[in-house]
Amino acid sequence: MIWNDDFETLPREAIESLQLKRLQQTVERVYATVPFYQESFKKAGITPADIKSLADLQRLPFTLKQDMRDNYPYGLFAVPLEQIVRIHASSGTTGKPTVVGYTRRDIETWTELMARSFAAAGGNKGDVLHNAYGYGLFTGGLGAHYGAERVGASVIPMSGGNTKKQLMIMQDFGSTVLTCTPSYSLFLAEAATDEGIDIKKLKLKVGILGAEPWSETMRQEIEAKLNIKAIDIYGLSEILGPGVAIECIEAQNGLHIWEDHFIPEIINPETGEVLPVGEKGELVITTITKEGIPLIRYRTRDITRLIKEPCICGRTHARIERLSGRSDDMLIIRGVNVFPSQIESVLFNIEGVEPHYQLIVEREGNLDTLEVQVEVNEQTFSDEIKELQNMSNKIRKDIKDLLGVTCKVKLVEPKTIARSEGKAVRVIDNRKKSS
Amino acid sequence: MKVEQISIFIENKSGRLAEVSGVLGDAGINIRALSLADTSDFGILRLIVNDTDKAFNVLREHNFTVSKTEVIGVEVPDSPGGLSSLLQTLDKNNINVEYMYAFVERSGDNAVIIFRFDDVDAAIDVLTKNSIRVIEGKKLTSI
Repeated sequence: MIWNDDFETLPREAIESLQLKRLQQTVERVYATVPFYQESFKKAGITPADIKSLADLQRLPFTLKQDMRDNYPYGLFAVPLEQIVRIHASSGTTGKPTVVGYTRRDIETWTELMARSFAAAGGNKGDVLHNAYGYGLFTGGLGAHYGAERVGASVIPMSGGNTKKQLMIMQDFGSTVLTCTPSYSLFLAEAATDEGIDIKKLKLKVGILGAEPWSETMRQEIEAKLNIKAIDIYGLSEILGPGVAIECIEAQNGLHIWEDHFIPEIINPETGEVLPVGEKGELVITTITKEGIPLIRYRTRDITRLIKEPCICGRTHARIERLSGRSDDMLIIRGVNVFPSQIESVLFNIEGVEPHYQLIVEREGNLDTLEVQVEVNEQTFSDEIKELQNMSNKIRKDIKDLLGVTCKVKLVEPKTIARSEGKAVRVIDNRKKSS
Repeated sequence: MKVEQISIFIENKSGRLAEVSGVLGDAGINIRALSLADTSDFGILRLIVNDTDKAFNVLREHNFTVSKTEVIGVEVPDSPGGLSSLLQTLDKNNINVEYMYAFVERSGDNAVIIFRFDDVDAAIDVLTKNSIRVIEGKKLTSI
């Protein structure tokens, strides 16, 4: 279902003229109210009056996550605190979190965009939303919550954790839509099996999954194990939270990014140069309606490409391809770029191998070593050593063939790799500590 | 003729064998024979126990990866050359041994060897034709 027909099917030219108008307003506003932007624009020798076309966007400097940290907590807010009605913050595993503030109108925009996203994923009134994204400083829980409520679904504010209770509620309340991270959906499926619950027979029909990169093969696994449609949703707290972009259930091919509120660009992460449409690079987003903390050319670190071809669902907004990783998740191993998602897809293509894996990177002397730990399960366990060795040799060979990197494969006991109830920890890089 | 053996995946880290035997001991299960095959990273512990189903379930409950495999127990004269003549008979008949290990107890005057063959039925056939005694599964676990 298309939630907001007027805006979601706006012709291309109308989207672009709306974008230009809103961009000019945003640039003027941040220049007048945020000292950081005034300085950085001056340094780049540009004033708001120079933005005459969408192409002029490229002349503006980038905003980095570090800039948000440097201006912690409220330095980048464009309105006085009296107008801020909500504050969220990123998880911030290192150092201070990044803080975002929402005005009343920002919350309204977020609700609208999340309602569009919920509807695009096949959600409607009458649905029971099992919202297992964390509630709190993290934007996931509350973001999904308000959007689905706006559409008229019955929202269960589960939040994360307590898997047994999640399963009980899912069963008893008749949840039809699940929102959580992709890895947690598989964790729920596994826990259901342990509890003797046939998760496939529950009323669940759609999972709206995001907050971590996942592969197409992982989608197939989730769809088969839970008997649902798995829809990829994209968002980041700096920009808005969940609902920046979403796949439509009709195509499940690329995520529509709501272009009446955001301008996406793809750049070369090394040089910062804007790449032609269709080329893969780092996603940069400019918010053009946000009041609390508008961001100009924010570098998301997420790697994707833009798809501008029309979509079968009728929405005219451009799509971003399923993320292939984050430029800061990218491991450079002996000079080769490796994304955890690539290793994940190798594992998924081997019959019976579980999606539970971890990459351990070490430096021995001057040489990087990659160890891929994979859990053995009842399906892959053989009584004969040679069978198990064949399996680990196959994994090693497939990784070498795909990525050109030699790794060591270590088979480990089931459930020894920590299960996450939020974002999965896929990489342990021990090089940083030693170097 | 066949007897069910339990195989357990074990990572090479200290204390894992103790945990397996602890779980079995607490469940009142007696180990009748065992062998450990290992590589640098992991091992496979193979066991014949007095209650296979119970052992299988209790190990699973403790999150071990377990499987059941059919093996056979063969009586071998407990004298020099006993095993050699048995293996030669198998070899002559193209029966391939995947692995083998010795049983703890004797059966009368004979030693008992546990065999895993790639083709168990063919192996039983050759052994019985050559008058070599294959011990009943039930009898084996209760020796």
